[in-house]
Amino acid sequence: MISNALIAEFEALLGKENVLSDEIDRHSYSFDAAVLESVVPALVLFPTETKHLGIIVKKCYEEGLHITVRGAGSNLSGGTIPDAKDTVVIATGKLNKILEINEEDLYAVVQPGVVTAQFASQVFAKGLFYPPDPGSQSISTLGGNIAENAGGLRGLKYGVTKDYVMGLEFYDYEGELVKTGSRTVKCVTGYNLAGMMIGSEGTLGLISKAILKLVPPPKASKAMMAVFDDVQKASEAVAGIIAAHVVPCTLEFLDHATINYVEEDMKIGLPKEADALLLVEVDGHPGQVADEAVIVERVLKECGATDIHVAQTEEEKNKIWAGRRNALPALARLRPTTVLEDATVPRSKIPAMVKALNEIAKKYNVTMGTFGHAGDGNLHPTILCDRRDHEEFVRVEAAVDEIFNVALELGGTLSGEHGIGTAKAKWMEKETSRGTIMFSRRMRKAIDPKGLFNTQKLVGI
Amino acid sequence: MNDMEQLRQSLLKIDDLLASCMRCGNCQAVCPVFSQTCKEADVARGKIFLLQNLAYELIKDPKAVEERLTRCLLCGACEHNCSTGVKTLEIFIEGRIALTRYLKLSPLKKFIFQSLLTHPKLFSKALRTGSLFQGLIMRRQKNAQNTATAPLLKPLLGARYMPTLPEKQLSQKYGVLTGDSSKKYNVIFYPGCMSDKVYTQIGDAVLKILRHYDVGVIMPDDFSCCGLPALASGDKTGYDELVKNNIKVFERIDPDNSANYIVSACPSCTETLHKWWLHFAENYSQADREKLRKISVKAIDMHDFLYNVLKIDTTKFVPAENAKTVTYHESCHLKKSLGISKEVRELLKMNENYVLKEMAEADKCCGCGGSFTLTQPELSLKIGTRKWKNIADTGAEEVAAACPACMMQIADMLGRNGSDIKVKHSLEIIAESLK
Repeated sequence: MISNALIAEFEALLGKENVLSDEIDRHSYSFDAAVLESVVPALVLFPTETKHLGIIVKKCYEEGLHITVRGAGSNLSGGTIPDAKDTVVIATGKLNKILEINEEDLYAVVQPGVVTAQFASQVFAKGLFYPPDPGSQSISTLGGNIAENAGGLRGLKYGVTKDYVMGLEFYDYEGELVKTGSRTVKCVTGYNLAGMMIGSEGTLGLISKAILKLVPPPKASKAMMAVFDDVQKASEAVAGIIAAHVVPCTLEFLDHATINYVEEDMKIGLPKEADALLLVEVDGHPGQVADEAVIVERVLKECGATDIHVAQTEEEKNKIWAGRRNALPALARLRPTTVLEDATVPRSKIPAMVKALNEIAKKYNVTMGTFGHAGDGNLHPTILCDRRDHEEFVRVEAAVDEIFNVALELGGTLSGEHGIGTAKAKWMEKETSRGTIMFSRRMRKAIDPKGLFNTQKLVGI
Repeated sequence: MNDMEQLRQSLLKIDDLLASCMRCGNCQAVCPVFSQTCKEADVARGKIFLLQNLAYELIKDPKAVEERLTRCLLCGACEHNCSTGVKTLEIFIEGRIALTRYLKLSPLKKFIFQSLLTHPKLFSKALRTGSLFQGLIMRRQKNAQNTATAPLLKPLLGARYMPTLPEKQLSQKYGVLTGDSSKKYNVIFYPGCMSDKVYTQIGDAVLKILRHYDVGVIMPDDFSCCGLPALASGDKTGYDELVKNNIKVFERIDPDNSANYIVSACPSCTETLHKWWLHFAENYSQADREKLRKISVKAIDMHDFLYNVLKIDTTKFVPAENAKTVTYHESCHLKKSLGISKEVRELLKMNENYVLKEMAEADKCCGCGGSFTLTQPELSLKIGTRKWKNIADTGAEEVAAACPACMMQIADMLGRNGSDIKVKHSLEIIAESLK
């Protein structure tokens, strides 16, 4: 356990208000947004300068204490739940400075605790664009986004967090500062350590600074909604749009159940008889947007959309997206516990996946709605239940296991964007290989010899 | 059943409400306290988690949970922003009631809620006496906000800039008003303690506006406090007594239930009459609940009444050439609980001597939160300072708020920073435009 002397040392370094050792405060860092058991950490630290990260990690490592770095704690796979009772949680909320937004060279330099949406809006105010938009962007931190390689609605056209990381600085277990990448578009100086850190879920080091790529914002956009009486046809439309060489910035899907839950909740006039809805938005140069909108509309028609609504005004566009924005809230309001998965399959397998999901819901008698990013095959089957009902939750867990099985059988992946954490660690080998696990563990062992960085996450150690 | 078991049982009663939080953390984005501290225990999901753990005996220190629970302004931003509709305000009030029952109310609060406020005439008299002698301890500041400091009371109140008490309270000034059945609308005016005893100019404005629009007014001189301060401190006993006092007054002044509306210029009072009185009436008699149901339907904010009932047309107004700039602070209880936002902005147009200049984060809490400003002075000051900066950044000459408590907090912040921006209730600005 942690000695009073060590606590005093941290208090001297960070100030008393930035060291939480009280039992009640520690309890409030025992969970994140994942539906998993909580673990109360031994101490919570708020570094206020990035150099504190190096000092803290060195000290914790010497003392053999487990370390979990936490941004906003919006994680959906348990990546920020402490591993053990002696875990020191390092919260990055106060490392929240945007150090530079460079309008000439199109990059920004940030500390890890900057909130994604606040960053995106400051970038936007300077006439630039940071596209990654994970669902939790109003609270999630950029450090957390990098550690989880967060995605979002714009993934299809604009990519995910990894596509915007030009360089990183992080502290290793000895408290040494490691620098990788640069402010330049091209940089082959040394190993691509930034690539290794992205999606590493806090298992390799403590990110202290990031250089992020910015792009010019699209000048125009157009949104439309298409109704289908058969999910197969909707899926063909998705493939058809891509085959017609149009890459929409967002291409979202709502299944029959989700459409009905949203409509019951909001009464916004969604077609309750529909089997699937596609929400498509194209963006770019005004001329290109006009051309692409025509192509998308044509493909939707050819693929058998029973109704197509093209937004003519900003208000109509907002209305179209209101349905998608409210998909998760409408589902989550149904029951106390929301198990939100993100199994992802190749685009063409969406109908097979949706069919399997419906069968799984029936088989295990669970309430499920599915929506998600059709353009990249990243679906969010969402199970609504009450975790306090043990019998029901056992069925939910069995259903989740089967969802993963089906996704893998269809050539998909366990997680499109939520990460592995502890929630999906046991499935890693099934998707990859024994060799992958052993290779990853050997790499971890070299980088974290005592196995103290987010120990149980990802592949274990 | 021992006290601890009783506490657990009362928390388990709201277990379904607690379980509805999916811990997504989106409340972090809007919580004024979290924005200052970054601490999970300061934001709704953290507090809900702690209450759950207390209910399930994973935490055994009620006092410590109560301390975290009081670090909340009850501004409702989390509930307003919650995508899954968690009833955070209800949870926090229920939590405070359960914890206060276990930990017992402080003697000072007990005296205020259960002895002073429950005797409205005594309370009025106490403040009138205060008004006579305030010169002895209050040092009037020659500032734009007309506030005063009390250096002798610094250990108790801090370096606060406070409103001075008026010579005459509203009910003394106007006497008892009994309405006029010949009018199309007759409304009961519930001034609330602040408009009756501190900022009587708000009451003047309300009465002037209602007279101008030919609305009959019923106003007794013995309303009690609405009870929100007691409720927010978890004192259900004092709260119940205040509500029951008020039920009797409503019954006396409107025996045939013919008044069309109950209007107030204090959104906290309106919210309490509209939402909480009926909600927390579980143990009242059927007859009392029925009365509260009627009150709930009729209680609306004054701006709501003017814009949505009287349907004042604001489209014809154009700001004068040399109009003064005013910025508008949205009271949490008005916008987030009662859903009144654009109405105030529209009605401000009625005064053509003003032009509205929006501030950043207009709907972010001012940091008052009733007794929060006394129990958490440092946090209140930090949150208020952010509000002051947003106000000052607009360069506006005046700031309007639709809530007396916000006015008090904002005047304090402006006073501390030596600002020459005036603070007004939006209804004062509207009333000024009427002959």
